[in-house]
Amino acid sequence: MYKITEKRPLTRNITLMRIEAPLVAKKAQPGQFVILRATKDGERIPLTISGTDTDRGTVCIIFQIVGATTRQLNTLEEGDCLADFAGPLGKPTELDGLKKVCVVGGGVGCAIAMPIAQKLHDMGCEVHSIVGFRNKDFLILEDEFKACSDKYIIMTDDGSYGEKGVVTAPLKALIESGERYDMVIAIGPLLMMKFVVETTRPFEIPTTVSMNPIMIDGTGMCGGCRLTVGGETKFACVDGPDFDGFKVDFDEAMKRTAMYRKFERHAYEAACNLLNKEVE
Amino acid sequence: MPNMSPKKTPMPSQDPKVRARNFLEVSQGYTAEMAREEASRCLNCKHRPCVSGCPVHIRIPDFIAQVAKGDFDAAYDIISDASNLPAVCGRVCPQESQCEKLCVRGIKGDPVGIGRLERFVADHHNAQPGKKLKKPVSNGRKVAVIGSGPSGLTCAGDLAKKGYEVTVFEALHLAGGVLVYGIPEFRLPKTIVQKEVDNLIALGVKIETNMVIGKVLSIDELMDEYGFEAVFIGSGAGLPRFMNIPGENLCGVYSANEFLTRTNLMKAYKHNALTPIMHAKKVVVVGGGNVAMDAARSALRIGAEKVYIMYRRSEEELPARREEVHHAKEEGVEFMMLTNPVEILGNEDDFVKAVRCEKMALGEPDAGGRRRPIEVPGSEFLLDADCVIMAIGTSPNPLIKSTTEGLETQKWGGIIVDENGRTTREGVFAGGDAVTGAATVILAMGEGKTAAKAIDEYIRNKAK
Ligand SMILES: Cc1cc2nc3c(=O)[nH]c(=O)nc-3n(C[C@H](O)[C@H](O)[C@H](O)COP(=O)(O)OP(=O)(O)OC[C@H]3O[C@@H](n4cnc5c(N)ncnc54)[C@H](O)[C@@H]3O)c2cc1C
Ligand SMILES: Cc1cc2nc3c(=O)[nH]c(=O)nc-3n(C[C@H](O)[C@H](O)[C@H](O)COP(=O)(O)OP(=O)(O)OC[C@H]3O[C@@H](n4cnc5c(N)ncnc54)[C@H](O)[C@@H]3O)c2cc1C
Ligand code: FES
Repeated sequence: MYKITEKRPLTRNITLMRIEAPLVAKKAQPGQFVILRATKDGERIPLTISGTDTDRGTVCIIFQIVGATTRQLNTLEEGDCLADFAGPLGKPTELDGLKKVCVVGGGVGCAIAMPIAQKLHDMGCEVHSIVGFRNKDFLILEDEFKACSDKYIIMTDDGSYGEKGVVTAPLKALIESGERYDMVIAIGPLLMMKFVVETTRPFEIPTTVSMNPIMIDGTGMCGGCRLTVGGETKFACVDGPDFDGFKVDFDEAMKRTAMYRKFERHAYEAACNLLNKEVE
Repeated sequence: MPNMSPKKTPMPSQDPKVRARNFLEVSQGYTAEMAREEASRCLNCKHRPCVSGCPVHIRIPDFIAQVAKGDFDAAYDIISDASNLPAVCGRVCPQESQCEKLCVRGIKGDPVGIGRLERFVADHHNAQPGKKLKKPVSNGRKVAVIGSGPSGLTCAGDLAKKGYEVTVFEALHLAGGVLVYGIPEFRLPKTIVQKEVDNLIALGVKIETNMVIGKVLSIDELMDEYGFEAVFIGSGAGLPRFMNIPGENLCGVYSANEFLTRTNLMKAYKHNALTPIMHAKKVVVVGGGNVAMDAARSALRIGAEKVYIMYRRSEEELPARREEVHHAKEEGVEFMMLTNPVEILGNEDDFVKAVRCEKMALGEPDAGGRRRPIEVPGSEFLLDADCVIMAIGTSPNPLIKSTTEGLETQKWGGIIVDENGRTTREGVFAGGDAVTGAATVILAMGEGKTAAKAIDEYIRNKAK
């Protein structure tokens, strides 16, 4: 069950895996995610579906090693099996009728943004992609983005590759230069999405963001993933993960994401000691 | 000669001080001697009021007579005629408002401990090296069951015994529904639930976990592409309600479902668990049902110094089982009755620091006959807390309705069925909390049985 058919490091701390899960592969659409457990007794974590191969019945996930569970997942190898893999969860990203879109990805968020850019491209939509990374070592999916983007801009914090700076700089420049987007889709760290929204708001360009709060069940049963959107409480796992960026309370979301930080650091250190395998 | 003691034979339990810090089962059950002693309190009344109090009409005086005689296997067979989950129901049924409420012995003194006896009989049976269950001869007809709570497990079991090829689809990674993710280990050990699931597997039932129906497969696909001739929906009422008061999204505010899922399903209380839970010091649980009691008592066991149950009516109206209230009090949970939270206050990092509350008084009875709580003006006060758990109810998840055309529900989400569990879609049946809203294990089980019967008839008639 849920066999890993391929495992490939994309960078030092980002890994791609293909998992055998034919039913999920058949149904998945861009923007949807899975909840998995690497091992029995493991934690349930959400990861976005980065692609599917319906012939082989596999689902592609791309994850950054940030804590105990992603680290544990990264110790599994081709041929090993995941304990659990449930999906596709959440609503697909709404792309109907779009003609020109700017996709903005930050870090591992690019793994989530890429299938959306691909689908838009396949629909015949004009796609401009702006991606941001800490530095050259963290760059992922360059070829994939190039293949489906009419414009592709890379930003790094230190200028070690592409342009130096943050993703909102070229976004603003493009909009100001007269590019008329039907929509901007931003996926990445909360802070990045917050600034993208602040960039597009004055221009009133509809902006979709993909929220990634802490989840457990992913089916609407616990409410742990709740966010405030337009003054209402929403459950990201069933009402999202995509939301109208202008309405999301990012500050609240950032604080909620940090709720278990102390515990996570502890669990991560424990996992590091246990596995004794350097990652970062 | 009946035992005329006015008191129930006491059931041994862990010392409150000790158990308030561990997750081991609180009540330890009768020994054979205690069970026979308690059974002999039954007067075997002709008009059998207890039976009419039981939602599935277990022949209570008959099984108790067998216990009194010491023939525990015969007692088990009698219970099994009507109930699939006696070890569970003996532990979690609200007996005081069902069978025991109508017991004649209860007029002067304690009623007969029917729940305790049911539990004893089931545990006695389960402790014996089981006769291997055999997979019945298949009739080759496929039925799908959605959800593995008590309603789904019961429906699956009854159909499997009749030879149907049953597959249970469960969204979570573990089967059992609320019995595994909601009700804590100290009240219902998970080995008991697992045993029920194992029995189903022995009967040939397939259990497919990680299958969120409505997402990975729809009911239409199950019927049209996978050859299931009928579907039973036992998806429960898992959607938590919040109060919509300011501060409800602060860090440290949980739905009871989240708090209990982290604790029970993900075992966050264990030292080496990967799933985190907040180790709060002062916990306010809002609500007065079984769910609230479970959350409060779990919080204590995780290490809270103070745990309050905050309920807007008075103690008399608490909907929880009496035994749970009693146990919670013994363990040191404080009951703050006629009180309601109006706002949750946070510190600079948005973690809970206090709850603003107001006092309530009971006014005129409402439509349901319960006295309506009304605010007492000027009674607001602040209560220090670092964690708030909302246990104010749940409703059915809309996922299945929204992905199944022609499946009608009530406005609040409950699936509409007739007295046989038939929904508005042909071949689709439903039962349990998905139909009634949050109710009880025994009712869910009863509806699973009713639907199994109706599904059998439906498929046999179709075959003609
Ligand atoms: C819908 C959704 C899609 C996601 N897609 C991807 C993806 O494609 N690739 C990827 O690398 N990451 C993705 N994430 C984030 C990923 O789930 C977390 O990085 C992962 O859970 C971290 O677990 P950990 O134990 O390794 O780290 P931890 O040390 O536990 O946590 C590190 C950080 O991850 C977040 N996190 C922790 N536990 C959870 C949880 N149960 N649910 C959600 N977030 C959590 C917290 O913000 C925390 O600060 C997604 C999250 C969501 C909600
Ligand atoms: C904390 C708590 C304490 C309780 N204490 C008591 C008690 O002491 N006594 C008592 O009698 N009752 C008690 N109850 C109530 C009782 O547990 C429920 O009434 C009963 O479990 C309902 O059974 P069910 O089969 O309808 O659904 P559930 O037990 O809710 O099971 C439904 C199952 O369906 C699954 N599911 C949902 N949607 C899907 C989908 N789309 N696809 C696949 N699977 C799906 C869920 O994951 C779940 O496993 C308690 C409830 C809670 C939450
Ligand atoms: S993850 Fe539990 S409700 Fe969304």
